[in-house]
Amino acid sequence: MTVHASLPDTALDPAPLLSVAGVSRFYGERVGCKDVSFDLWPGEVLGIVGESGSGKSTLLRCLAGIDQPDAGEVLFRGLDTPLDIYSVPEQERRRLMRTAWGIVHQNPRDGLRMDVSAGGNVGERLMDRGDRHYGQIRERALDWLSRVEISGSRIDDRPRQFSGGMQQRLQIARVLVSEPRLVFMDEPTGGLDVSVQAKLLDLLRVLVRDLGLAAIIVTHDLAVARLLTDRLMVMKDGHVVEQGLTDQVLDDPHHAYTQLLTSAVLSV
Amino acid sequence: MTMHQALPGDDTHSVDSTRPAYNYAYLDEQTKRMIRRALLKAVAVPGYQVPFGSREMPLARGWGTGGIQVTAAIIGPDDTLKVIDQGADDTTNAVSIRRFFEKTADARTTEATEQATIIQTRHRIPEAPLTAGQIMVYQVPQPEPLRKLEPREAETRKMHAWAEYGLMQVKLYENIARFGEVTTTYDYPVMINGRYIMAPSPIPKFDNPKMHMSPALQLFGAGREKRIYALPPHTSVRSLDFEDHPFRIQSWTQPCALCAASDSYLDEVVIDDQGSRMFVCSDSHHCETRRADGHRGTMLGDATASGLVEESKS
Amino acid sequence: MTTMIRVENVAKAFTLHNQGGVRLPVFGDVNFSVEAGEALVLAGASGAGKSSLLRILYGNYRPTSGTIHITHGGKPVDIVAAVPRTVLDIRRRTLGFVSQFLRVIPRVSALDIVRDPLLARGATPEDASERAKAMLARLNLPQRLWNLAPATFSGGEQQRVNIARSFVDPSAIMLIDEPTASLDAANRDVVVELIAEARAKGSAIVGIFHDEAVRETVATRYLDITDFRKAA
Repeated sequence: MTVHASLPDTALDPAPLLSVAGVSRFYGERVGCKDVSFDLWPGEVLGIVGESGSGKSTLLRCLAGIDQPDAGEVLFRGLDTPLDIYSVPEQERRRLMRTAWGIVHQNPRDGLRMDVSAGGNVGERLMDRGDRHYGQIRERALDWLSRVEISGSRIDDRPRQFSGGMQQRLQIARVLVSEPRLVFMDEPTGGLDVSVQAKLLDLLRVLVRDLGLAAIIVTHDLAVARLLTDRLMVMKDGHVVEQGLTDQVLDDPHHAYTQLLTSAVLSV
Repeated sequence: MTMHQALPGDDTHSVDSTRPAYNYAYLDEQTKRMIRRALLKAVAVPGYQVPFGSREMPLARGWGTGGIQVTAAIIGPDDTLKVIDQGADDTTNAVSIRRFFEKTADARTTEATEQATIIQTRHRIPEAPLTAGQIMVYQVPQPEPLRKLEPREAETRKMHAWAEYGLMQVKLYENIARFGEVTTTYDYPVMINGRYIMAPSPIPKFDNPKMHMSPALQLFGAGREKRIYALPPHTSVRSLDFEDHPFRIQSWTQPCALCAASDSYLDEVVIDDQGSRMFVCSDSHHCETRRADGHRGTMLGDATASGLVEESKS
Repeated sequence: MTTMIRVENVAKAFTLHNQGGVRLPVFGDVNFSVEAGEALVLAGASGAGKSSLLRILYGNYRPTSGTIHITHGGKPVDIVAAVPRTVLDIRRRTLGFVSQFLRVIPRVSALDIVRDPLLARGATPEDASERAKAMLARLNLPQRLWNLAPATFSGGEQQRVNIARSFVDPSAIMLIDEPTASLDAANRDVVVELIAEARAKGSAIVGIFHDEAVRETVATRYLDITDFRKAA
């Protein structure tokens, strides 16, 4: 043996890309999220599922550098030196969010500049990092528009003139153009109708695989989680009640709440 | 310093009814000190907007109160003041401000660029090269170059603090994408010393290169927005652009119709009801000087005959 | 012989928290191993837990206790205790699962579905396409369907896409759940051939075959899980 002696050696990366330890956030007496810890490795897609108010968006905001947690640490290893994102100056955190990180918002209006053309939206991160060649910026914008299946003829149109699904795809292009290592997505298919969702999901699946992205996706849609994620964390009342491989958690849920969630869905 | 008013408790001077009841150059000395401190900071950090306590002036905000306060804080009896508005020494606002300082600061005034020690300006830099020792004072309506792109003040301050200037480049990108070129023709954003992006005030982009490495000190005052910023002499001022769409200044297909200058900023003037027009120097002193030196544009005769300009007395 | 799977003291019970916490034991005291080149067929009445056992071997169901060592990259790895990314790596490189049903992904063509595992293991796109086409042809899937997404295919067509995907580059361990359920005789024979070829190349096979003729042809050994059920 073995039949696969010729397989390339895909030794697993020794260190996680993101290490989260004891992250908690409170709103007065109320728990936003409590004592969340996990590691995320390069190329892994983690889903955070739970019903509305379960704390999944709060957690995402803490992880993504938007809201400072009341306790805990978020360590990013995607740069030359590990970065504890809440102990570095805000400047570095902001730079990280424009370069090695990306955030895809549920509402494309939160992630796009609605008064700036599609090309300008996609090109902004390139100009942020110092690109100053108009022709090259435009070429890359065109390339990314085609990768998210937006016709190049729309490059000078503003996002207002786009459908919801197109806006969401534009937002994804705008984030991915800087080749981030880690992308946060908050209900990326929320608010889209089913056929548009399917297209977007497939696009995300292919991009995540082709680019080797690590991603953290918040969703209440277990079908989305099944299709896009490798691992799941199930949240309830700010606590992680169950986590593991996505198909394990969905097919053989152990926690009462996860069983309730999966049984409430017709077929995932 | 000339004292126009007795300081409180200073009984060596009794109130003199022949003198005006305000301080030299209108502002009280404490205010001048405050403005000078802001100016010093501004000079020390070129292109950085320093907040200052803008005072009420005897004219409305938006009419140059920032420039007037800066001038008032730096002018002395030895200074010679030139004031221009859109390049002209003889427009209402320029005349009023010049008279204001003649009255309140006993200032000598001039229309000759090379004689002036302080030049307060709205919308232009004189064509004659500035020299060491001269001070330009710009009236600034909107000191924040990022304001139209980012309405939140706290956010623009962070963007300046950390030189996050990609967004400004996006604005230029949008121009080129829509019109094939950068269409901003005045208040064209500049990078100071490779560090801060600065609004040069609404001067035409034609004048931007004059700011670069200028031997004169350049001070900017925004009265309504309460900001002062500055360029010390010999400071790098680079107009933003793209490598493949380099910054260019305006050019005209014809020279000045009065003085035949081909290298000055021209205004388009409609001269009759048939829509005839002429292009003339916006810098009125520059144009007059050239005519006095014998330069003659194609329409000088017509303009003199119709009383539009006075024939040079040379 | 190389032991590819070693199952020790595995037990599995489901606890249904939302139905009064009722506990459904499936089996206990499961011990067996599978060698390279072997085809182990699970036997037992319907409902005995054959599919559950297969899913446990794949790391899809989590056993209540016990260990399952999978020979992965030359070393035994306990898939029960492994972290998710290790499980995924085992699945990508060592452990294949052939189910009765194709999980249809919107907009992805049959050809791309079949190519996918080859690409994931580092084949060039051209090579992957050639091998994928050959496999689809062998399973008699009409060429006009290759570039279509299988969502609209018949059950048998979908199943053949699924089999093509699994056998285009057979894994060192293949877990097979009723692969021939809705196939005609000709295609059933192709599947039997494919299994035999994989085994000849050294794959260890664990399968559930409803069709008795297929079962007889494929099996080198039977494992009756009825006894495990009693131990639950």
